[in-house]
Amino acid sequence: MNNSVAKEKIVSLRKKRSLEDMRFKYYGFTAMCLSLAVLVFLLYTIFSKGYTAFQKTIVLLEVDYNQEVLKLTPDSSDEEMEKGKFFRVKKQAIENFFPDLSKSDIKLVKKLFSINVDNEIKDYFLDNPEVINTKQQIWVTAHSDVDQLLKGNSRRDVPEDRRKLNDIQLSYVDQLVEENRVKQVFNNFFFTKADSRHPEIAGVAGSFMGSLFTLFTVFILSFPIAIGASVYLEEFAPKNRITELIEVNISNLAAVPSIVFGLLGLGVLLNVFGLPRSTPLVGGSVLALMTLPTIIIACRASLKAVPPSIKEGALAVGATKTQAVFHHVVPLALPGTLTGTIIGLAQALGETAPLIMIGMIAFIPNIPTGLTEPSAALPVQIYLWVESAERGFQEKSAAAIMVILIFLFMMNAIAVFLRNRFERKW
Amino acid sequence: MSNSKILANSVDVYYGSKQALFGISMDIKEKEVTALIGPSGCGKSTFLRCINRMNDLIEICKVSGSIKVDNEEIISDKTDVVSLRSKIGMVFQKPNPFPKSIFDNVAYGPTIHGLVDSKNDLEEIVHSSLKKAGLFDEVKDRLNEPGTSLSGGQQQRLCIARAIAVNPEIILMDEPCSALDPIATAIIEELIDELRLNYTIIIVTHSMQQAARVSQKTCFFHLGELIETGETNKIFTNPDNTKTQDYITGRFG
Amino acid sequence: MFFWSLVLIAVGIFSSFIYGRSRIKLNSKKQGTKSKSLPTYYAQYVLMWCLFPALIVYFSWAIFQEQIIQNIVISNFEFIEGAVYNEGLLLAEIRNVANNPSFADGKSIEIINAASHYSSLRQISQISFYTSIIIIMLLGALYASQKLKPEFHAQHTIERYIQYILIFCSSVAIFTTIGIVFSLIFESLRFFAEVSIFEFLFSTEWYPFIPIREGQTAAEGSFGAVPIFAGTFLVMVVAMCVAVPLGLLTAIYLAEYASQRVRKTVKPLLEILAGIPTIVYGFFAFVSVAPFVKAFGQSIGIDASPTSALAAGMVMGVMIIPFISSLSDDVINSVPQSLREASLGIGANKAETIKKVILPAALPGIVGAFLLAISRAIGETMIVVVAAGTAPNLTGNPFENVTTVTVQIVVALIGDQEFDNPRTLSAFALGLVLFVITLFLNIIALQIVKRYRERYE
Ligand SMILES: Nc1ncnc2c1ncn2[C@@H]1O[C@H](COP(=O)(O)OP(=O)(O)OP(=O)(O)O)[C@@H](O)[C@H]1O
Ligand SMILES: [Mg+2]
Repeated sequence: MNNSVAKEKIVSLRKKRSLEDMRFKYYGFTAMCLSLAVLVFLLYTIFSKGYTAFQKTIVLLEVDYNQEVLKLTPDSSDEEMEKGKFFRVKKQAIENFFPDLSKSDIKLVKKLFSINVDNEIKDYFLDNPEVINTKQQIWVTAHSDVDQLLKGNSRRDVPEDRRKLNDIQLSYVDQLVEENRVKQVFNNFFFTKADSRHPEIAGVAGSFMGSLFTLFTVFILSFPIAIGASVYLEEFAPKNRITELIEVNISNLAAVPSIVFGLLGLGVLLNVFGLPRSTPLVGGSVLALMTLPTIIIACRASLKAVPPSIKEGALAVGATKTQAVFHHVVPLALPGTLTGTIIGLAQALGETAPLIMIGMIAFIPNIPTGLTEPSAALPVQIYLWVESAERGFQEKSAAAIMVILIFLFMMNAIAVFLRNRFERKW
Repeated sequence: MSNSKILANSVDVYYGSKQALFGISMDIKEKEVTALIGPSGCGKSTFLRCINRMNDLIEICKVSGSIKVDNEEIISDKTDVVSLRSKIGMVFQKPNPFPKSIFDNVAYGPTIHGLVDSKNDLEEIVHSSLKKAGLFDEVKDRLNEPGTSLSGGQQQRLCIARAIAVNPEIILMDEPCSALDPIATAIIEELIDELRLNYTIIIVTHSMQQAARVSQKTCFFHLGELIETGETNKIFTNPDNTKTQDYITGRFG
Repeated sequence: MFFWSLVLIAVGIFSSFIYGRSRIKLNSKKQGTKSKSLPTYYAQYVLMWCLFPALIVYFSWAIFQEQIIQNIVISNFEFIEGAVYNEGLLLAEIRNVANNPSFADGKSIEIINAASHYSSLRQISQISFYTSIIIIMLLGALYASQKLKPEFHAQHTIERYIQYILIFCSSVAIFTTIGIVFSLIFESLRFFAEVSIFEFLFSTEWYPFIPIREGQTAAEGSFGAVPIFAGTFLVMVVAMCVAVPLGLLTAIYLAEYASQRVRKTVKPLLEILAGIPTIVYGFFAFVSVAPFVKAFGQSIGIDASPTSALAAGMVMGVMIIPFISSLSDDVINSVPQSLREASLGIGANKAETIKKVILPAALPGIVGAFLLAISRAIGETMIVVVAAGTAPNLTGNPFENVTTVTVQIVVALIGDQEFDNPRTLSAFALGLVLFVITLFLNIIALQIVKRYRERYE
């Protein structure tokens, strides 16, 4: 009888225990799903906030290229044409944009257009000089406030004083919509222009080039140095205190916060060596030091993976150790090193804080063309746009994030491809 | 001792504190095949690798004593290891062709030693080495394919060709057939017999038959000591030492 | 200058290589002996003697040219008596005018003179730069060519040089550490010359005074970093509260329960999470999480500020999840299978095995992972810069605005940096604290993990 009670107890306990087991497993599963859900939510947030940035709003404007207003003649030379008074043409066009505009309304209407309209009117003329003395209907870029309103990013149902566009302007915009004088097209500016104070003509081209130059510097500096260091540590270094010190150093550097590297760049590269501020050269150097440990670890692993028999084969025909290593071992370790390097570069691409420290946060409205020119970088550009109060920059920052994520994704895809294509199993 | 090629005198080898060879003395004649036999771990490879100083690669390995090749001491800091190794070729237990083309595998040695001045000379050396290794006919149409694409036996002959290409005088072979099937083994054994005309060969083997077939002299190692050395015929038919007797009759090892 | 000098050096080393090669062939033919090394080693020898001196000249020029020119320009500047000059602004102005003559309109005559002086100095420097690079390369080649004799063993020398180069590469890591320590300590000492170290470490008032007008003294600010440390700690705690349970449970699920297929899909997804740049997390915190936290706070009657420790900490926690889960995954997987079998063998179920056997066995490794994660959280910058705010509140309320060490470093260095101002220098003192703490955490963590590894190997 005692026995059966004990048995019952065990059975009920077992039920409870297996329930506990289920629950524990369920916790783990939930945790995993939660983590992944955050990832999905994050990507969704970025996409939903950012996709509108790939479109811009344009407005149909009638421009009268009158030669008197332009102060040009049909026979003017190209140089003279460059100096035509296009702002007067634009002024006229805006004054006639709606019939019978009062002075104060003209001011309001003017704010519906981008600052870039002057250039667009001019470029159109320079491309088609024959339009002189004719009236042309051309599509020009709308102001960011109009753009945001039509995209539904800024709301019209808030009180007037909390809106960028007042009631009169709203009614003008509505009129334009009704008359089909506005439309949305692909935003080429986003990909061809550098940063700007005006959201509608701000683009990632400048910061993208800046990031490319920076990554180029990182690669040029860190790849050879990492290979040199790895080859020395793996193949030549005597086992002694100094070698050990170097190894400890490398593993600790891997964990130093990136912002500290920024301070290094500021304190040593800028202040002591006087290298030029805000340039990809300095940014790249700092990030190269940061990336070194990653590449060294990858390179050493690939060097280790090369079977010693290959080296022995070379030594046995009378190669020196240096020859054996550089002719046979290093080439075989290159694909693995390159994979690690790309992963390191991908990390460097996303680094923001060190670049802020060395001044790559300056406002740079043109596209850099060299390593020693001040330039922005993609992640810093994102930061600048996130911090900006202007509504129109928010979609830009999300779109720039999409650009950087796609860039990252491609780099990782290349790394995986390299790994699968060239990795040898010995 | 007019034609002794290698003369070892009381060679001791330590791996760290562990002694692997105890006072080995040996005299190896020119243009003969000498077989080293003995149970696993008795130090055959260790001794072989002393002759071309391959043991330098192992940091804990210390070699003392004297080995003279052509009357020149090689266990010394002054030895030019690189020219020593170009004079003494080595073939390893597992074929280890470079992951490069067949041509480049053979051409590597002559190139780094500057044995050739022109492309034609190089081609000539590669072809003749491959011919000497009995591989040329099989690979002459695919010299640009990677050496690793060959079969195991072919790879081993490629390694032999690679060793011959630098025009060595001595070839060390560490169980060259242990990874091969009987047919490939037979081909290599034949090859060794031919090479004997031009090279001094030392071969480590676990196969008594192989030793009997290819070698003129045989040395029996046991636990790091050289137990007996002599004419192959004599060792296999009438050894002086009972340990040798036991080993070749398969009583231990 | 950058591009063309590289072209010049490239041409130099190319021709030196060709020269070395043909020269040794000629010499050995003349002497009728074979050269000791391959001709290509003699060529490399000449090349190195060309390249390295040229590089040294190149870098010293790149580093010092601007400073020397500026010093000369300033020392020759015709200062007007009585006027107050800011050297940095003055130099910037001179440079602007020199680079862009259209800026000269309306500038004073001294500036225009100095600018033309500056331009002419630059030109001189430029010309002498090119000539000295050419001369040094020729000298190098000349020296090397004397050695191009067949009996010279060029390969030995080259291999020795290669060793030096490799050693140099390895020591870059050491130089980096020295550079970090040097720059942090040097600037921190300047900071502590103006602000007492006790005030910095123990006072609770952080009002770094920013001089608005020139001539104002800067020492009126108060630099008590305690609120900053507290804020950093608070954000870190919030982050760990999110990351530890989620990361650890995910790791346990993946290591012990999940099927091969789930593992194969989830791990790369977590890697994506780990590879997302932190500024992206900052954006996420700013546009999604912070408004949510604010709304949530309001719904339970707490007045949450738009940037809060909670929002920043939560997002930082998400960022750290993959870090913790992959480290813990490694640790859990390295617990020997035999322990698992022993526990399952006496009838324990999986949950009991994990809780009673695996986790205790893996504990040191997991603790190590946590420490590394903490160090990560403390050093993280962009999330907090965007989402945590800059107000030095000494509070334990996660709904409030707090600031962290990294944020203050960024804030101090954004915009005008004046290295005679404790405001700017405070960044380095904070950086030093950050460096020391993270280094300390890392060393301990690595030590723990290493001991743990040794135990099971
Ligand atoms: N790299 C090494 N480090 C330490 N000890 C070694 C090393 N190589 C060999 N030994 C030791 O030296 C002794 C001789 O080894 P060796 O490889 O010469 O034997 P062997 O006769 O070639 O054996 P086998 O027939 O199995 O190849 C062995 O006891 C071995 O453990
Ligand atoms: Mg052996």
